[in-house]
Amino acid sequence: MGKRVLLIEDEPNIIEAISFILSRDGWAVATHSNGHDAVDVVLGAPPDLLILDVMLPGKSGLDILRMLREKLGPGDLPVMMLTARGQLKDREMAEKAGVNRFMTKPFSNAEMLEAVRELVET
Amino acid sequence: MATMNILVAVCLVYVTFLFAVAFGAERAARQGQGGWLRSPLVYTLSLSIYCTAWTFYGAVGYAARSGMEYLTIYIGPTLVMIGWWWCLRKLVRIGRTQRVTSIADLISSRYGKSNLLAIGVTVLAVIGTTPYIALQLQSVTLSFSVFADASESNGALADMDSTALLVAMGLALFTILFGTRNLDVNERHHGVVIAIAVEAIVKLFALLCVGAFVVWGVVGGVGEMMARIDASEIGHWQMRGDRWASLIFLSAAAFLCLPRMFQVMVVENDDEGHLRTASWAFPAYLMVMSLFVVPIAVTGLDLLPEGSNPDLFVLTLPLAMGKEGLAMLSFIGGFSSATSMVIVAALALSTMVSNHIVMPIWLSLTGSGAMVSGDVRNVVIMARRFSIAGVVVLGYLYFRFSGGGAALASIGLVSFAGVAQFLPVLLGGVFWRGATRVGAFTGLSVGFVVWVYCLLLPSFGPDVLMPTQIMQEGLFGWSWLRPQALFGIEGIDPMVHAILWSISLNGLSFVLASMLGFPTPLERLQGAQFVNVYEHSSTPQSWSGNAAQSEDLMIMSQRILGAREAQALFESEARRQGVSGYLPDTTPDFLQALERALSGSVGTATAHAMIGQIVGGASVSVEDLLAVADETAQMMEYSNRLEAKSEEQARTARQLRQANEKLQQISVQKDAFLSQVSHELRTPMTSIRAFSEILRDSEKLSETEQVKYASIIHDEALRLTRLLDDLLDLSVLENGQVNLNIQQGQLSRVLDHAIASALTGSGQEGLKISRDTAQETVLLSTDLDRLSQVFINLISNARKYCDAEVPELVLRVTHRDDTILIDFIDNGSGISKNDQAVIFEKFARVGAMRAGGAGLGLAICREIMARLGGSVSYLPGQGGAAFRVILPASSAMAAQ
Repeated sequence: MGKRVLLIEDEPNIIEAISFILSRDGWAVATHSNGHDAVDVVLGAPPDLLILDVMLPGKSGLDILRMLREKLGPGDLPVMMLTARGQLKDREMAEKAGVNRFMTKPFSNAEMLEAVRELVET
Repeated sequence: MATMNILVAVCLVYVTFLFAVAFGAERAARQGQGGWLRSPLVYTLSLSIYCTAWTFYGAVGYAARSGMEYLTIYIGPTLVMIGWWWCLRKLVRIGRTQRVTSIADLISSRYGKSNLLAIGVTVLAVIGTTPYIALQLQSVTLSFSVFADASESNGALADMDSTALLVAMGLALFTILFGTRNLDVNERHHGVVIAIAVEAIVKLFALLCVGAFVVWGVVGGVGEMMARIDASEIGHWQMRGDRWASLIFLSAAAFLCLPRMFQVMVVENDDEGHLRTASWAFPAYLMVMSLFVVPIAVTGLDLLPEGSNPDLFVLTLPLAMGKEGLAMLSFIGGFSSATSMVIVAALALSTMVSNHIVMPIWLSLTGSGAMVSGDVRNVVIMARRFSIAGVVVLGYLYFRFSGGGAALASIGLVSFAGVAQFLPVLLGGVFWRGATRVGAFTGLSVGFVVWVYCLLLPSFGPDVLMPTQIMQEGLFGWSWLRPQALFGIEGIDPMVHAILWSISLNGLSFVLASMLGFPTPLERLQGAQFVNVYEHSSTPQSWSGNAAQSEDLMIMSQRILGAREAQALFESEARRQGVSGYLPDTTPDFLQALERALSGSVGTATAHAMIGQIVGGASVSVEDLLAVADETAQMMEYSNRLEAKSEEQARTARQLRQANEKLQQISVQKDAFLSQVSHELRTPMTSIRAFSEILRDSEKLSETEQVKYASIIHDEALRLTRLLDDLLDLSVLENGQVNLNIQQGQLSRVLDHAIASALTGSGQEGLKISRDTAQETVLLSTDLDRLSQVFINLISNARKYCDAEVPELVLRVTHRDDTILIDFIDNGSGISKNDQAVIFEKFARVGAMRAGGAGLGLAICREIMARLGGSVSYLPGQGGAAFRVILPASSAMAAQ
């Protein structure tokens, strides 16, 4: 199996936590920590799921999502977004940009796992 | 000699009689029995001062010299009287409503109460009238001399000057006695008017007697007379149209403008209705006066020896016929003409001189301004008396020094032409609202100068005042400036020439100057009052009834106060007075109360003027109007203030809007800040939560993993604490609530401490620090802990972000003026220009590097340095990232 998840996040500790949670569940986790070349990284090796932080150095998660949605067909790539700002406005903007799941930091590990499973299976 | 004595005695008796008449009239007027004093007949007779000694004696002389031309002197006034409806009535109405005291007063009042103009008119009037007074004195002394000749007494002849002096003194005395008995606001003089009315009858009677004697006693009937006239040259003299027209115009103008005529016609007028009678009665009087002029002239020329003075035919004919009694009567007639003219002229001029020249000077000298007391009354009377004496003395002096040589008639015409200069200004002021003070002044000045140059100066004869050279070659040798051929127009009669030019230039400059300028508000106001006098005034009769007044007051009050209030006011007053109905009597108390009530609505001045208009029947006075104008000005000011207020409101609204925008901006910033804070808090909490769940839920974790994850939780907890500390610190600093702990210490020690703190736990190899400790020996007096906090921040930033292979931080301390500069320069790649602008903002993060900071460090540094009286800034162009901290050198400043 080993479905691939790409995590784009700039906080090392959060990268470590999510990687641990997903790897333990059998996912192959790749990580990337800045926004500049995130789109290229995604397109270079399209994962089964993309987990995207909103606030990234270089380019915001929202911009990255919009560009991806432009380049890939809709529904081709499930995307989960993570944000620490937790404002309604951010959620609305993310949904507009075509996000599949929007999660607010901090999250429970179980919740995170469940969401990832849901996104990949559908 | 006997004749002379009788003559003097007759004169004295006559004068005493006049005194008695005047005195009686004054007394009757005082006792309220003077109704008969103000009859249309008396008014008409008083106008006869127009017929002076010049007319009495001179008309015959005029006829003997120039034929029928003398009639022009009568035709002019006749036209004015017949056309009274057009102009005279208006003048009289204005005179009454504006309480005008003289022609100078009328003109100055019309043109915005300009005293300068009043002075100008007064001076012009005095100059124009003085020769005329001299003329009267001359005629009286001449007539004396006729009797002296007849009685062949040379002693009296030699004493002509003293005769004139005596006559002058007598006239001055009479005028002073009856002209300044008291100060009447309206300047009306019953005694004087009655006396001149009596004199008018005397002179008419005397002339008629002489005429009748000549026609029936000497010539022998009307038929014979007509035959003689036909035979004489007089009947065949050609009439010169231009001269006739000019002279008719001139006499009409003078009739309106002569100060003495203005006095009797306008100032002394008691009732406009009198004009109606005078409009036919006065021309009739003039006609009768002129009836026998030609017969006397023709007969005189026929019978009297060659070279006899025709000006004296009225006297010399009866004398030659041996009728001494008739001659005496004739003398009294001439005497009457002369005295009445001098008296009224002196009276009118003295009013002008004292009101417009003496009083202003006196008031400004004593500096008493508006202080009116009993003293001022006396001063006015004294000024009046001296002015009268002065005017008569001037006339006498003129008589003495002019030598009395010129023909009577020519002096009269010169004088007429002088006062005729008032005509454009007078008519313009009464009929044209656009006339201005400047225009009036210009017109008068131009007219006056032309008159003096073309007529007055040449009239003294060649080389007396006007050199022959100028007469022939013009001023400065410019031929177009010849006094009798201005602009090279020759061949016109000198009199016609002078009238033509002076009046037309006068009128032209008056109109042009008026049109070029703008009238002042007061001139506008007065102009409207004068030009529309009929609209602004009412005839006194219509307000005679008390009920009518009350009703009119009621109507007016209803308009202003509203129907119910007005009715309540009137009814309560009627009840108080015990009057049935709702219309109370117009008692002074009630009027005052009403005025108070009205003034609440329309202002004091307006209320006063309105009530005055109804109750007094008088039109609004100048003072009332000025007060109204003041009120208007106040209202304007009030509305200006309102406007200013609304401007202020607009300004406040603008400020509010700005404040609101700022608030919104702050609100947006606050949202952004909260969002940032939320992010900074949630990020470590995410790690903490995730790893604590991992530790809790996973059994198969290795020891290393457990320790690793626990220390992550620990670090993130510390990060959270740090963040909260920073936030609190920043909040305290930004709110200015920080308490500085001022201490003394060495800069080097502070740096030592900061370096030690910043580099703990990073390993010695991390960042190399270069210092020049010699420069660092500065004693500081400031909050050393806070300063240290700033240094730690800067050094840790260098440690975290310096991307050089061998990172190095140079500390450079310099002293400049009063300040100490501490630079922190690393050898990394520095901060881009765009980022330099934002690094001191809260939560600003630069580049891709994250080192656990929330981005508050530099913001805190900036706040701290501001509190310490210094600053921290990015120092561009140093290669690596460079920050400069500036400290004020003086500890006192730092203490703040």
